[in-house]
Amino acid sequence: MLKEETVRALEQTARQLRVEILKMLNTAKSGHTGGSLSAIDVLTALYFYQMRHDPSNPKWEDRDRFVLSKGHAAPALYACLAEAGYFSRDDLKTLRRFGSHLQGHPDMNKTPGVEVCTGSLGQGFSQAVGLAIASKLAGRSARIYSLLGDGEVQEGQIWEATMAAAHYKLDNLCVIVDHNGLQIDGEVEKVMNVGPLGPKFLAFNWHVLEVDGHDIQAICQALENAAEGDDERVGRPTMIIARTVKGKGVPFFEHKASYHGVPPSDDELNRALEHLGHS
Amino acid sequence: MSEMIATRDAYGKALLELGRVNPRVVALDADLSGSTKTGVFGKEFPERFFNAGIAEANMVGMAAGMAAGGMIPFASTFAVFAAGRAFEQIRQSLAYPKMNVKIVATHGGITVGEDGGSHQSIEDLAIMRALPNMTVLCPADGPETEAAVQAAAAYNGPVFIRLGRSKVPVVFTEGCDFVIGRGATLRQGTDLTFITTGLMTAQALEAAAILAEGNISARVVHLGSIKPLDVDLVLQAARETGAIVTAEEHSVIGGLGGAVCEVLCEGFPVPVERVGLRDVFGQSGLAEELLAHYGLTPAYLVEAAERVMRRK
Repeated sequence: MLKEETVRALEQTARQLRVEILKMLNTAKSGHTGGSLSAIDVLTALYFYQMRHDPSNPKWEDRDRFVLSKGHAAPALYACLAEAGYFSRDDLKTLRRFGSHLQGHPDMNKTPGVEVCTGSLGQGFSQAVGLAIASKLAGRSARIYSLLGDGEVQEGQIWEATMAAAHYKLDNLCVIVDHNGLQIDGEVEKVMNVGPLGPKFLAFNWHVLEVDGHDIQAICQALENAAEGDDERVGRPTMIIARTVKGKGVPFFEHKASYHGVPPSDDELNRALEHLGHS
Repeated sequence: MSEMIATRDAYGKALLELGRVNPRVVALDADLSGSTKTGVFGKEFPERFFNAGIAEANMVGMAAGMAAGGMIPFASTFAVFAAGRAFEQIRQSLAYPKMNVKIVATHGGITVGEDGGSHQSIEDLAIMRALPNMTVLCPADGPETEAAVQAAAAYNGPVFIRLGRSKVPVVFTEGCDFVIGRGATLRQGTDLTFITTGLMTAQALEAAAILAEGNISARVVHLGSIKPLDVDLVLQAARETGAIVTAEEHSVIGGLGGAVCEVLCEGFPVPVERVGLRDVFGQSGLAEELLAHYGLTPAYLVEAAERVMRRK
């Protein structure tokens, strides 16, 4: 059980990261708002609770690694990396600018703390599977984490990787689906239904957990369960289906597909910051 | 008649040797390990061999992840699936990040034979050559394949190696050197130059011998490295012989012929004849029948040489 003050501190961090995400997207004047806000609580739990990593030594061999397979949520990842100390928070202002190390989608060769290049959907997941195999081959205890979008699950490569991770019994791999129910063209259910997700991954012989993706305590517990929980997880990769809300934390962005790839205007930013208790 | 070895067999041997020396070498395949010869490695190192099943996209992605985790992955399937089906994975997960993965694509070209046009890749060199960061190799024979595999393993970055199914004549010697970006002049000549890759190099050597009987002196330059291309060697051939015939078991569009013409246009324009598949797919048949049908024989190379000489 997490201590009450740990949970409160993580919630405060997530609130602060939402502010950073909105500010950087407003400054960049382009980028993906909705999916960054839906993912940030999961990322907060990973970077500030669960993962073993060392921002002063990004290439530490035994680190846990995170792959943002839904690479368009890069602002959420960059906010976490800056907060953790991989680079200066000031850099966030350069998101998507010419010459910036903060590319539109994550780039391992430009940004400290980014493990692989992602953005073309489905590909990060396979790379996470490869990283998990490499970790086992090298005899490391490091764990591999990856975050998928629920629209991304429509990619055929996702199911190839799902098969492979179970086949190779990668219990050092934990994948989270940011199940916000929306993609660019509208509701996932209407564009191309991917549900029911839980039974699908169960049928592929994964250890499956479902949580409220904005309940940080529940997310942390699920991540711990995947790492050292019951017998169910032994010899199987874990899939955490995180039920989330696109645009979470800013009421006028919530549940809106139209904010998938649109940044907040100046006015929207001010109202959002006010709502988040930040002036 | 020289010894005949399939380049894929040479790959199997070279990969096994690499595996014995370097524990970071791992192999992946997509249910074709018997044909691509990664199975040879898999038999001795089952813990370092990963069958992705019939799932090429994920195979390339897993290889990328393994490279990010410090391994040196060799991933194999037929050229048509590697460069075709898994193209975008090669682009995004290997070339863009400059990942240390070697794609060894066997069954390139029409000498795949009986399986037919659906399985004969005639465009893979063009596709792979267009990718920034990508190194593209196409060895001539068994010994050069072994050397190319070693060179690829020693190089830190993505490499695409195109190999064939059929046995081909040995033109290099066992233990030969392979330097990425460097070609080899296999026969000196002054009237024209055959610039060739893959199995067409052996054909060009035969053609040059035939031409010599008619007092035409043909140089043979083999380019086992399609990218980077040995620009100096190509320009030198153009300056010294004034006419070029390129030959490849590939479309004349975008592969060796295309690459050589790009260099010559900018550097030293001379008449060129491109021998290869003329914007057509292959079909079923025996390898020799197909080579004859599509004009990839010494006799046809002799005709192309005579044509280019008339244009000098």
